[in-house]
Amino acid sequence: MTVFTDETRTRAREIIARYPADRSRSALLPLLHLVQAEEGYVSPAGVAFCAEVLGLNKAQVGAVASFYTMYKRRPTGDWLVSVCTNTMCNVLGGQEVYDTLAEHLGVGHDETTADGKVTLEHAECLAACDYGPVLTVNYDFFDGVDPQTAVGLVDELRAGGRPTPSRGARLCTLKEMAIQLAGFADEREGAVADGVPGEPSLRGLRLAQQHGVSAPGFDPNTPIRSGKAGDKPAPATPAKATPTGSTAPDVPAPDRKSPEVRAAETRQPDAKTAVPDAPGTKVPVDGAAPSSGDAQAAQDAGAAANRPAGDGKPAGDDAQAQERNLREAESSGHGRGSANDKGAQK
Amino acid sequence: MTMPAAEILGKLTPVLTKRWLSPDAWRIGTYEKLDGYAALRKAIKAHPDDLIQLIKDSGLRGRGGAGFPTGLKWGFIPQGDGKPHYLVVNADEGEPGTCKDLPLMTHDPHSLVEGVIIASYAIRASRAYIYIRGEAVHAARRLRNAVNEAYAKGYLGRDILGSGFDLDLVVHSGAGAYICGEETALLDSLEGFRGQPRLRPPFPATHGLYASPTVVNNVGTIASVPYIVLGGADWWKSMGTEKSAGPMIYSLSGRIANPGQYECGLGITLRELIELAGGMQPGHNLKFWTPGGSSTPLLTAEHLDVPLDFEGVAAAGSILGTTATQIFSDQDCPVYATYRWLEFYHHESCGKCTPCREGNYWMVRVYRRILSGQGTQADLDTLLDTCDNILGRSFCGLGDGATSPVTSSLKYFKQDYLDYIEGRTAPKLSDKQLVGAH
Repeated sequence: MTVFTDETRTRAREIIARYPADRSRSALLPLLHLVQAEEGYVSPAGVAFCAEVLGLNKAQVGAVASFYTMYKRRPTGDWLVSVCTNTMCNVLGGQEVYDTLAEHLGVGHDETTADGKVTLEHAECLAACDYGPVLTVNYDFFDGVDPQTAVGLVDELRAGGRPTPSRGARLCTLKEMAIQLAGFADEREGAVADGVPGEPSLRGLRLAQQHGVSAPGFDPNTPIRSGKAGDKPAPATPAKATPTGSTAPDVPAPDRKSPEVRAAETRQPDAKTAVPDAPGTKVPVDGAAPSSGDAQAAQDAGAAANRPAGDGKPAGDDAQAQERNLREAESSGHGRGSANDKGAQK
Repeated sequence: MTMPAAEILGKLTPVLTKRWLSPDAWRIGTYEKLDGYAALRKAIKAHPDDLIQLIKDSGLRGRGGAGFPTGLKWGFIPQGDGKPHYLVVNADEGEPGTCKDLPLMTHDPHSLVEGVIIASYAIRASRAYIYIRGEAVHAARRLRNAVNEAYAKGYLGRDILGSGFDLDLVVHSGAGAYICGEETALLDSLEGFRGQPRLRPPFPATHGLYASPTVVNNVGTIASVPYIVLGGADWWKSMGTEKSAGPMIYSLSGRIANPGQYECGLGITLRELIELAGGMQPGHNLKFWTPGGSSTPLLTAEHLDVPLDFEGVAAAGSILGTTATQIFSDQDCPVYATYRWLEFYHHESCGKCTPCREGNYWMVRVYRRILSGQGTQADLDTLLDTCDNILGRSFCGLGDGATSPVTSSLKYFKQDYLDYIEGRTAPKLSDKQLVGAH
């Protein structure tokens, strides 16, 4: 069993610190990317590591790891080649690209070449249909591929080369990529700047530029209407002739409703008449924006009031509420006997 | 290929896309020179309720497919309830055909970050998350870089621009699951669970992330906010149609001369879009197309003049969705296209509910049988019957979406199915792939 490095443990602590203190389970997806970064796949040891640092059991972690396509369950190569075979890329030639690569490499879907270099998979829509057919290497795009270029690409990878993606950053290994997926910045000098926009992304924009077309009437100084004139001064706007008549004058909201009525209508948009707020609800009636202290206190109070997620249940699923409902059902005589109810409760 | 006519060129409305031509717009310095963070400075002086009202007045509707009015969604967040509020951006772009959010986050990530800050201020959230699709690695690199730059400049963190407003923003990468684009599945995934949808109600507006009030918005929706704050609701409504206001990024792919992203006012037609894209590829005639990704029923050449806004597409029997128009020609087979989409839904079904899990599994097998020349007339009834049992009976929209290509292709292209069944079309799959289909 692999023992995870101190660096990985430090990183795990950094990941957990991104989420609210009693919601550490939110860190599970990035943590699974993190253990994949060290081992190239999510091994039993990786599952155990995530369970240990989050205080979960291994079954809970395993259930999550096995749900998501990007967590690999067997060792992977340095280069994950994903060929889009969803409908658009497929009809444009993606299927031939995949079939050719599978034959050339002698592997099928989710399998790794004997030299341990390349893992092949067919992927569902990679959100680059205007560049189709596409494939990705460690999730960076190679656009408009055909069987020949794809074979050339994997041969170069297996020979130790690093071909340049069409629009993304220079390639890194799958393990290095998993560190980024865990939420850490790409440390490589210049990698964030790599890649230029592809022509398809810019087509409409270029047409508009060539013909001098722009969205008409845009005036960045258009004031924001205040619902409560006088409460708060409208943002100062420099006196400036507006290019069109579309700029709205700074007047109170047209309906002249009190904020309570408008808030009630907002919450019950279908109600014919305004509904008063529930007792104890505070509606801010003055114009003061909430202060940061209030927000912080609200967050703490709310976090304390909401139970953290328990075994296999999303937050808010309260086991006590279930029991309470069961007791009520029994006492009101609707229950068909406690044994059945317990069975339903699992 | 001819140049589009002037009145059609005039329908281009580059707003969200306009910085993409500036190669360094992803850097905060360049972004600030191009109106960047001006909307935040303006918004943070306004009352949050006025910002919600501004978005309501603009008529902005969700850009993720459902088209729910954004201002209304923000207004549903109960204020003064003593609970933390959250903003979650759905950047799990994966609907087949859709490719508008990735270039936006790659080339103009700060516009999303700025929109997040303004929206969080409006709904009084002090924590926000961007749940980005795992595979979108370059967009995530740029986005994480943008978030770090924004912290360094004081646009994120404590006491933003001296306003007393605090916000923390985390970019959270998914791990490859289409279902996580469904908002409640996304929230479960963000809480560290399998991405499976939740029963609604309660809706995320009251019981969202960590059972607290949460707004979940698409990338395009949130990125629109700074422009509305700057230009005003009336300017925004000057684009698009009365009920579908504003510009929209149309993603054109397939058998056209110049596939790509074309940002136009809502309500443009496919005929006009194809003209903008330089026409069909030589030798190809339009046969079928999706108005907004594979989960929206197919349309045909009859629908070239349908206005592509929420109402127009609904009236034609489909859904505007994500305005991902995938364009197929007479050289493409609608039966095979539908089969490939179903393989996708089968793979991506989360398994929570039986109609979607089993229905897609079996429909894939029926399609394989038809495509290998061994289908029967009864198979077509089986497909429609299965769709009946999925549509409206599955737990979330994924199952409903899976039926769209099946029922619409059977409606418009039944003859193509019969040609396989009756042997007029050569089988497209070999019967090696038929294991378990009978």
